[in-house]
Order: sequence, then C-alpha cells, then structure tokens
Amino acid sequence: MLVSLNWLKQYVDIDGLAPQELAEKITRSGIEVDAVIDRSEGMTNIVVGYVVSKEKHPDADKLNVCQVEVGEGDVRQIICGAPNVDAGQKVIVALPGARLPGGIKIKKAKMRGQESNGMICSLQELGVESRLVPKAYAEGIYVLPEDAVPGSDALELVGLRDTVLELGLTPNRSDALSMLGVAYEVAAILSKEVNLPNIQYETVSEKAEDYLKLRVDALEENPLYAAKVIKNVKIAESPLWLQHYLMAAGVRPHNNVVDITNYILMEYGQPLHAFDYDSLETKEIVVRLAKEGEKIITLDDQERTLNDHNLVITNGLEPVALAGVMGGANSEVTESTTTVVIEAAYFNGQSVRRTSKEIGLRSDSSARFEKGVDPNRVILAAERAAQLLVELANGEVLEGTVLVDQLDKTPARVVVSPDFINTRLGMKISLEDMLAILERLKFDVEAANGLLIIDVPTRRQDIKIEEDIVEEIARLYGYDEIPITLPEGNTQIGGLTPYQLKRRIVRNFMEGAGLYQAVTYSLTSDELAQKFALKAEETTKLLMPMSEERATLRQSLIPHLVEAASYNVARSAELVSLYEIGSVFLGQTAEELPYEEEHLAFVVTGKWVDNSWQGEKLNADFFVAKGIVEGLFEKLGLTNRVSYEKASVDGLHPGQTAAILLDGEKVGLIGGLHPIERKKYDLKETFVAELNLKAIIETVTEELVYSAVPRFPAVTRDIALELDRNKPAGEIEKVIRDAGTKLLKDVKVFDVYEGDKMEAGKKSVAFSLTYFDPERTLTDDEVVNAHNKVLKALSEAGAEVR
Amino acid sequence: MEQQLKQLEQEALEKLQAATSLKELNEVRVAYLGKKGPITDLLKGMGKLSPEERPKMGALVNTVREYVTAELEKKAAVLEEQAIQEQLEKESVDVTLPGRKIKTGNRHPLTRVIEEIEDLFVSMGYEIAEGPEVEKDYYNFEALNLPKGHPARDMQDTFYITEETLLRTHTSPVQARTMELKKGEPIRIICPGKVFRRDNDDATHSHQFMQIEGLVIGENIHMSDLKGTLDALAKKMFGEEREIRLRPSFFPFTEPSVEVDVSCHKCGGSGCNVCKHTGWIEILGAGMVHPNVLEMAGYDSKKVSGFAFGIGAERIAMLKYGVDDIRHFYTNDNRFLSQFHRTEG
Repeated sequence: MLVSLNWLKQYVDIDGLAPQELAEKITRSGIEVDAVIDRSEGMTNIVVGYVVSKEKHPDADKLNVCQVEVGEGDVRQIICGAPNVDAGQKVIVALPGARLPGGIKIKKAKMRGQESNGMICSLQELGVESRLVPKAYAEGIYVLPEDAVPGSDALELVGLRDTVLELGLTPNRSDALSMLGVAYEVAAILSKEVNLPNIQYETVSEKAEDYLKLRVDALEENPLYAAKVIKNVKIAESPLWLQHYLMAAGVRPHNNVVDITNYILMEYGQPLHAFDYDSLETKEIVVRLAKEGEKIITLDDQERTLNDHNLVITNGLEPVALAGVMGGANSEVTESTTTVVIEAAYFNGQSVRRTSKEIGLRSDSSARFEKGVDPNRVILAAERAAQLLVELANGEVLEGTVLVDQLDKTPARVVVSPDFINTRLGMKISLEDMLAILERLKFDVEAANGLLIIDVPTRRQDIKIEEDIVEEIARLYGYDEIPITLPEGNTQIGGLTPYQLKRRIVRNFMEGAGLYQAVTYSLTSDELAQKFALKAEETTKLLMPMSEERATLRQSLIPHLVEAASYNVARSAELVSLYEIGSVFLGQTAEELPYEEEHLAFVVTGKWVDNSWQGEKLNADFFVAKGIVEGLFEKLGLTNRVSYEKASVDGLHPGQTAAILLDGEKVGLIGGLHPIERKKYDLKETFVAELNLKAIIETVTEELVYSAVPRFPAVTRDIALELDRNKPAGEIEKVIRDAGTKLLKDVKVFDVYEGDKMEAGKKSVAFSLTYFDPERTLTDDEVVNAHNKVLKALSEAGAEVR
Repeated sequence: MEQQLKQLEQEALEKLQAATSLKELNEVRVAYLGKKGPITDLLKGMGKLSPEERPKMGALVNTVREYVTAELEKKAAVLEEQAIQEQLEKESVDVTLPGRKIKTGNRHPLTRVIEEIEDLFVSMGYEIAEGPEVEKDYYNFEALNLPKGHPARDMQDTFYITEETLLRTHTSPVQARTMELKKGEPIRIICPGKVFRRDNDDATHSHQFMQIEGLVIGENIHMSDLKGTLDALAKKMFGEEREIRLRPSFFPFTEPSVEVDVSCHKCGGSGCNVCKHTGWIEILGAGMVHPNVLEMAGYDSKKVSGFAFGIGAERIAMLKYGVDDIRHFYTNDNRFLSQFHRTEG
C-alpha cells in the first residue's frame, strides 16, 4: 500500500512530523513501513513554462524550436522533440542547472545548431513510472492547466511535492488497505482525530429503482449489493489533484468516472464498479453463479471461460462483470457514456479468492475483497461515489439506492479483563492507560465489573478475541515497556535424547576422521532419486516441481555428495572428504507420509595422506573408506557385530563394493565409484559409503563394564596361508575365529601377497593369532592344542599353510 | 721385565688414545688387558722370577694395569660423550619444517549455529524435538490456525506432494505434534530442522533452509518471558552487549505476534551497512501461542499460555560470520566449509 502524505493529511493532522519520524512511529507500533519515498528528491529548478511559439527546427524534422516564457518577461528558446508540444501550452520546464531523477543535469546546449536553454519535460522524466502516466501524455510532454503561472514551481503543480510511505502489510491488517484505515492507525498512534469525508449531494426526482431492477441469486457469495444510478454524466479528465493522488497510490488516471471509483477504492478500501447503463440494455442486474463453460470478455479484452462456482454480475441475459475481480468489456464506461450505474457490493472473500486464482487475475479490487471489506463502508462508498460524480462529472444522482442487503454489520464484541491483559504481557498497565489506548483506536469501550467490554469497529476485522486486544494494548503502549523475565517453575530437566547424543558422537567421529560435514538438497531429480539407494522403494514426488532437478525426494545421500566432490575437484581440490547426515524418503507409511530414515554417507577422493616433503603419499582407496566405517563401529561399540560381504550396486565398481551387515542385517554399503560414473563426474578414484544411521544408533549395546587389565603374557602364533586369489580373507578369518577356543583373543591379517612367488590365481594371506588366558600364564601345550584346532579347521576349509 | 712393562704401558696408552670409537677402545682393552694380552702374559711369566722380585713385580704390573684401566675408562667416557654428540647431531631435525598434519574435518556452519542454540536452550531446561520433513497439511497449517483457503497461506509458498501432504514450510508442525503428544502437560522444546519453500535459489533465497523453532507452554507464561528468553539468545549468539526490540507483526499461530530485532553487532547500534544504517537487524519472528492452536491440541487456553519463536539458521550464520550468499551453505565448497574449523569459546 502506497500512502501519499498529502492525501493522508486530508484525514489526520500530521503537521510538524517529519516523514521519517512518522514512518518510524508507524513501524514500531504495528505496520512496517518498507520505504519512505520523497517524490521530488534531488529535483531542482523545475518551473512552469508558457509556450509562446513553436516552429519547426530548420535542420531536424522531429525537433521544434519553442520560445518559452519561464517567468515574467523571461522568454527562452528551448528545443523540444515531443510530438505533442504546441504553442499556447503550459508545460514543465527544467531550466539549465536543473537536476532530474537518475542524476541527470540540464545544461545549455546547441541542438543541430539551435540553442536550447532547458528542457520541456514529460512526467516520466520527473520519475513517474510510465505505467502511471495518463494515456494522453504517455508518448510526450505533460501539459499543465491553463491557469498555471509561468515561473512558479512545477513540481507542486504535478503533485510531486509529496512523500509516499510504502507499507508492507501483513495479511491481518487489510484495514490499512485504505487511506481512511491508515488515517485511523496514524490517529491512534498520534492520539489525533480522524476527519471523515463529508458526504452531501443533491438528488433529482427520478428514482433509481425505476431505472434498474436488481436480483441476487447467490446471497452467500454476495450478501450485499448496492447500486446508484447517475445520469447526464460528462466523461472528461479528472481534476489534477485526483490524478495526482491516484498516481501517488500507483493507479493510472483514465477518466473522471473510472478515476472516482479508483479513488474511493483507495480512500475507503471499498472496490466499486461503474457500468455504462445504456450498454446493460436490459435495465436489470442479476447476480448469480456462472454456468459451467460460460464466457465473458473482461476489460483487458481477454475471453475468460467460467466455472459454476464463479460469481458473475449479469444483465439477466449474460455476464457483464466478474464479481469483485474485473468488469466486462460489454458494459465498459466509454467517452460516450452518459448514464452510469455504480456498484458497491460485499462479495465473499473466499469466493473472490478462488475465482481470481483460477483466472490468474489479481486486481486491487480482488485483493481487498479476498481479505474482507468493511461491511459498514459498502453503502457509504456508493454515496461517496455519487457525491463525487456530481462534483467532478456534472452528474445527476437519481433518488435512492437499488439494494439487496442481508449482510450482518454488527461490530464484534470482545470482553476482556485488564488482569488477563497484564498477565499475558507480564506487565502492570493501569486501567486508565488501557482505556486511553482503546479510545485512541476509536473502539467503543465500557469498563464494568472489572471487565472491558469492547465493540470493535467493523473496519478492524482482525480483532475478534481477547488476545487481539492484548496485542492492540501492547503495541500502542509500547513493546519496549515489556520487562525482561524468564519462565518460572521449571518442570523438566532439559537435554539431548540418547539418539541425539549419539548423532553428535557420530559427527565428532567423522570430523575427527578428517571429513567435513556437508548439507545437500533433499530434493533431487527423478533419475537420481533411487541411485545408490540401500533399499529403493516407492519415491515421493512433488505435485508441481519448480525444475526437474528438484522434483523428487532422495533415497540416498550419495548422488549429491558425488556432485559436491565433482564440484570441488573441478575447482582443483586435491582431497575431497565430505560426510552428510540426513533423511531419505522411502515409500509410504500408514499415515500416508513417506518413511523418513536418517542416513549417514560420505565421499572421499584424492590425496588422503600427503606429507609431501617426507615423500609420504596415499590416495584415498577402498580401505581408507572402510577404515572410516570400521572406526565408527568401534566408537559405537559394534565392531564384533558387523561384517562385510562383497556386493553389487549399480554405479559402483563391481570389484570394490561391500555390503555392511550389522547382526546379519544389511545396514549400509561401501564402494568405489564405477569408472563410467567417474567419467561422468570427471572424478578420479572415488569412494563412497552410506549407512542407515537410524538403525545403527538404535541398536542396543551392552553396558560398558571394565574387564581386568591383563596380568599374564599373551602368546602369538603366525600362519601364512595359500588361498585362491578371489577367496575373501574375511571368510578365512571367520574359520579361524570359530575354531579358536576361548583362549584365542585376537586375529589380525598382517600380510597379503600376490606376486611372482605365488602360483597363478593364488595369493598368500598371513594371520597373526593371539592366545591369552586372563587367569594365568599359558603353557606351551595349551597353546599348541588350541592352535592345532585352528590348523585343522583351516585345512578342512581348504586353506593350505605355506 | 720392568722395561718391558713400561713399554707395554706406553704402547697401550698410545693405542687407547688413538682409539676413535668404543669398539676400537675395546679392542685395545682386549689386546692389552685381556686374558691373552701381554700383561696377563707377563703375570703368567712371574713364576720365573725370584721370590723377592715377585711381589715387587706383581705390584708394578698391577699399577700398570690399574693405570691403563683407568685411562681406558677415561677414554671410554670421552668416546661415549662423543658418540652421544654424534647421535644427537645425526638425529637433529629442521624444526621449522611442517609436521605430519592431523587432518580433521568440521561441522557445517549451519550445524554449528544449531548446536550452539540447542546447547543454550538445553541449559535452560528445554528438550530437543524433531519431526518429519514431509508433513501433513494438518500439522503444517491447519493445527496452526491456518485453515484451507486462509489468505496467510500465501505467505508461505508450499511444495505439495498430494492435496494433503507437503514438504513442511516451517518447523512449527513439530510444535503441533509435540502438543498433541504431551496432552496438556507443560512443554519446553526447541525444534531444529530442514524446511522448504517454493523459492528460486539466489543470493538471499533458498528452496531448502534450516529453521529452529522454540515453544514453551505452561501456566503463567508471559510475553515478558518471551522477551527475556530471546534476549538471552541474542546475547549468546551475538555478544553480551546486544539488546533486542520487539515490533508488532502477524503470524496466524501467535497472538500477539512480533518481529524481533537485535542491536547491530557490527556497529553496536550506531548504524552501518550490515544494519542498513538503522542500528537494528531483524533476526526472527515470535509471539504468544494463539488460543486456537492451544485448543486444537487439547490445551485449555484459559489456563495455560505459551510463547513460540522461529529462527532461520542461515540468517543467523550469515550475520554472525558475514556470509553474503545463502547458496554457499548448500554448495559444499571445501574452501567455504573449511573456514569453520576453529572453535570459539
């Protein structure tokens, strides 16, 4: 909402208050002022000029040489290229030395050999938006009224000596979508009165009801419809003051009738519509719901096809307006209009909202109906229109109002105790202060039996309950006055849940292991949604995605981490090590929401170890990635419950991929990116892993209990085994562990060899076995016995000791 | 014989002085004092001497032996010292060369902000509640006093999945869920999480971002408590000298509703680029829980009251660390992420 202070002054006294100061007060007490716009900012030396004569420029077809009087006896030659400049006009002249918006400075100049002492200006050159300039002057200079005095301030005459406040209105404050609404707000802030327009006019003896019949068939959508008939209207330009107010409010002036309806829309917040009475033909208005597929051509010359819930105004035969949204072309007020029907109605907000959304047409009018107009201003606005049509268009108002009115106009009553208000706020505001604030708001208030009984004017439709009064009192009393306290009576011990604590431990571990936490988008493309997924289930898709890249919820964190790796490598990162914790979205639950599972994933690529001057380098490989996973499980006390088995996953290297099992259940995967994928993302060897973090964190672990620090020595025995090259070492380790008696405490791989000294297709894997008894020192025999059992099992498993 | 002994002593002393290592010195020891050495030989040859000469010679041999032994030990000490010096020399390093780096990663700056806020509120007795990112229209809107067709729904452009499910536009649905769960009991929670809006990603907009919601419900919860709580938050995040101010605003789920400004941490309130020369920076929205919201969740709005607030983690991080483009948080550029390595007290 744009509020011209010149206009606002008509209703409330704001003299002596700088615009910035007023804006600050408005912002602090309820409505945010987004901008304070001084419309003549930076403009100087702009005066009224009288075009004494106009001649064609001798050397330029499109230029005119004008002699312009810019003060008594001060006639200057100014070259002007505007097509509409003419002798006898009063115009806007920027004198040499003048400054115009955009830092333009006017200087004496020669144009094709002819001297020019200034510039004749268009409104656009004075900073008025093109879309607001009246059509007659859109392509040329602006012409002032004949009585303008040469040499006087032109900015004053075109209404630019004005400041406009741009209000950022929240949806509840639709009352401030009108100048009167803003006036009430400002009056409340400044403790002033509001000067309402004085509506008085004469009527002619003919009766409106003899001219027009009215029927409303959709009372729910349209509980109040009022029509005034005004005849002998003279369509003309509006007076300048009206045009200037409209332009300041962001509305383009057209002609007096249309301008008056727009003026009242801005003044009262009540949209009006003017019909050309003669074009209605039937002398009848019927308000009804449209027929399915019915068509109307609206004022913007678009044909609209309607649904059966769109409310239309008809002449009994066909639609003449789309109620509350836009008029029809068939009943438009034109130059030749003489009799006008002014419509003032209350259209149901939801209905207007739905129609304007469906049709994709939002207007100043629909915006106000949607939020609910003031029921008590509807008929008033029609009266105001009649008055202005008399004053500004020589109209004759027919007696009476054609009316269907079933609208409840009683104010909302709110009863609230001062104690309630003070308790809510944590303050001690006196009853007197509260009453004073409510009076400033012009609310009807009565204090009785320790209660405030408040009748809220219908213009403030946002105020319905006690809490709304709490807010009104607080904002006008001043939020700065609220003391600073903390809630009393702590009833609970705060803290993280065990799950949240463990998640933090996981973050700490991952970061300690050298990975940076990444956050990537949950929305991805259909194509990537299930890629690398631990379990691919039905995907969750947006109804109306903004792009294909963000259309579907992800089922794996890996694709976006790989993209991040690719991004970093493209920017010369030598090492990328990123992890992410986030939800994946799987199938659907009984609640019709997808099942959200928290996962942990990471990506590593590049120089994992790079101690350059020592000559120690190691590129990230499968075992770096696996080491991270193992370390995590160790931190979580799950090492002995986790196993790895070769797996195959689309997009991962078939020889470098493992499934991770926890208590035999798959909880993750780890693998190298497939060479084809690496090529796609321009990556060298890259390793990824993803774990079902939720399952892992929720796995119950044993209580941590101390076991005695060993007092007796352990005995180690090494075994080197010859195995088939593709025999997993893990299987052999399992054989060893299963066969080892309780004396076998640890098994470690300490060497793997595949080379010249081995037979083709074979490899050597060496294990170190540790035997230990916490109670005593083991004898040789005991160790030999235990070890022999292992050797026997190995030989049965086909593993040959070298 | 005496002559011979003197010569041996002379020789031994010369050799041991010439020794350059403990090993050579040991060879000297073995050569002269060993079982097969010439001195031992001399002792063995004493049998040939007359009984009168024997003790005299014996004493002389012992003197020589002791003297040589003592000299050997002296020399050994010198050589040992020398060896250690050599070892030290050999083991010396250029201490100005870089060490073997312990590579660690770090939290994402948004997590950093969220954990800092979590920790503050946990210390004030709050729990941390979490909820799904795909929500029902009911929890995201209806339970928060935003029925279907409510004009304020336009404030939040929503990614719908079906008519009834959507990507949550704020973390407030966690409030609604928690209230439903706690069935009238007092509540103190904060709810961090990802939220989504239909926005084109640019320097100041992101279709995905992080929010932290706070909710306190109980008997006698005042707006002054909200102000005090947010004052503590502002001081924690932006420094002890910060102040807050409340401005009236509108959210359908709170009444009264406020926007909260914090005094500018860059200029201290005197006006600078960060605060657009106002001295104040808007950081969050808050208010007293709307009675409709309480009632819908089964709380008696006549008996209990509450406050709620919602913070954008990106906004806090951008202000705190001076980040100028919201997209940095989602690009995961090493050069950005690694700047948040150090800890702050």
